[in-house]
Amino acid sequence: MSTPILEVRDLQVHYATPHGPAQAVNKVSFDLAPGEFLAVVGESGCGKSTMLFSIAQLLTYPAETVGGTVRFNGVELTSLSPEELRQHRWRDISVVMQSAMNALNPTLSIGAQLADVCRAHTDWSDAKIAERSAEVLAMVSIDVTHLKSFPFQLSGGMRQRAMIAMALLLEPQLIIMDEPTSALDVVAQRSLMRQVENLRRQLGFAVLFVTHDMSVVSHFSDRLAVMYAGEIVELGTTRDVFDRPRHPYSSGLMDAFPSIVGAARELTGIAGNPPSLVDPPVGCLFAPRCAHATDECREVRPALVASADREVRCHLVNPRRVS
Amino acid sequence: MTDAILRVTNLSRYFRVGGLRSSGTLHATDEVSFEVAPSEIVALVGESGSGKSTIARVLAGLYPPTSGEIVFEGEVQGKRPSRRVRGRMPMVFQDPFGSINPVLRVGHALERSLKLHRPELNAAQRDAEAVVLAEKVGLLPGADVLARYPHELSGGQRQRLGFAQALASRPSLILADEPVSMLDVSIRIGLLNVMKALRDEEHVSLLYITHDLASARYVADRMIVLYAGRIVEEGTTDEVITNPSHPYTRLLMATAPDPRLPLASDTDVADLGEPPKVINPGPGCRFAPRCPLAMDHCRTSTPAMVQLSATKRVACYALDAS
Repeated sequence: MSTPILEVRDLQVHYATPHGPAQAVNKVSFDLAPGEFLAVVGESGCGKSTMLFSIAQLLTYPAETVGGTVRFNGVELTSLSPEELRQHRWRDISVVMQSAMNALNPTLSIGAQLADVCRAHTDWSDAKIAERSAEVLAMVSIDVTHLKSFPFQLSGGMRQRAMIAMALLLEPQLIIMDEPTSALDVVAQRSLMRQVENLRRQLGFAVLFVTHDMSVVSHFSDRLAVMYAGEIVELGTTRDVFDRPRHPYSSGLMDAFPSIVGAARELTGIAGNPPSLVDPPVGCLFAPRCAHATDECREVRPALVASADREVRCHLVNPRRVS
Repeated sequence: MTDAILRVTNLSRYFRVGGLRSSGTLHATDEVSFEVAPSEIVALVGESGSGKSTIARVLAGLYPPTSGEIVFEGEVQGKRPSRRVRGRMPMVFQDPFGSINPVLRVGHALERSLKLHRPELNAAQRDAEAVVLAEKVGLLPGADVLARYPHELSGGQRQRLGFAQALASRPSLILADEPVSMLDVSIRIGLLNVMKALRDEEHVSLLYITHDLASARYVADRMIVLYAGRIVEEGTTDEVITNPSHPYTRLLMATAPDPRLPLASDTDVADLGEPPKVINPGPGCRFAPRCPLAMDHCRTSTPAMVQLSATKRVACYALDAS
């Protein structure tokens, strides 16, 4: 693998609560190669969005990054001042938020909002801004006449694509996406994913993509990280994790959604609820819901162990005595 | 089917759009006809703007139909359904966070339904009945859950409460408007199983409104596919899934996110278009602008529903031609 553009090590985020700190993100580590598409999946509350916000240095109280490092192209993001971070945003790293309906300013035209980003980060002339704005809209298949349109005049799918166009303006190397498809219909969802994929091939940016619906990314991401209760429990190439999940939580997730192919069968989902993050169990965080849990699982927190092609956090997959 | 509990004939609902001086009329639902049998789950499948929620809202009496006839349990319905009919045909809403009063205990939501729709019960009976209802939808232990406040429930538990509330009025048909779309994928399946259990154990019918073909396949006995306010295909779930006839149903099948499907690369172009806003429509098939099979004829005249088998109907000229 070439030098990663993003190296996350032991990232830890706590939320202040009246009952003590909730460990929302617990020692998360991973690398992202240039041009790579990494998807992070997990249930609501597993810390996946918090992790993204921590990487993008966008967390606000009561959330706080309490440990770990985030290196982007060798620069340690956690130690930068707000002004230094501002220099990197949009230019090197763009963030596409979950709800394009709320992320766009309803009182400004799309063109004005694109120009705003350009003016804040470049000294381009108006002509150059207009040219580049038209260019990025074309990339996401939006007609240039919509530069004059206001967000309410666009459909949900178009608004989300306009957000992606904005993210592309300054040709960043990394685009962080927080559930960009969750408010869209299936057809619009597929169009958007297709477009992200085509643009990534064409322009070579890396994608860090968070979703609770792993079927959305199943055909698009290179690697898949499964998060549970603030920890990465499994990380591997997407196809391989889908075909041969090793962590019991990953297999539970794969079995939780119905399919339109194959024989119809009863599904059960995963019983129980995620653990309290303020007072987490001593052993494996998934043990209380795991059908295969042993005494060891309940007493000792498993580590994320890397093998040739996969990282898995499970005593059953990585027996401790052997290693 | 003469024993249908719900029969909808040529139901239309239009909205005036675009301000006072505009003459724009949005055809949210246009000439829709279908039936629901007892103990049957029927899925209304379509994208945003297909009119699927409008149908449920008209049935629930949230707004009157522009035209058409609704026959429920053998009675022709007027402009607004009576309280008794609303109790027999309650609605479960999409947003479990917006549909429960946050300052009252969970039990209150159920007690209120019982008070309104089952006046014969006294207070002690209502309490007991509320626990029974909660446990029927998997809120266990019932008494404990009912004593909590809504913020203490997860999204999945709130949506189960929605079904318990609907069950309180002894319904024959529950209108479920995207009941799982705001929930995490991992807890959706629990709710879908509740819907199946209501059909199998309580003998309730459900009109399941969704844009998710896979979940419709999982719970529904029959499927109705809507596009831009019109029904384009209807049949048993098996018929529609294994042999989709309408080009729009095929598009939905091809775009369904499913890791078990191979990724079609040639048919799957990046820009798949969007459904139209049906304002002052002229004649013609509404899918024609996006349809790979569209002929001149499709743009000038509206295809009627054609019976393909005892249970399957499709509205498409391209199929008649082949």
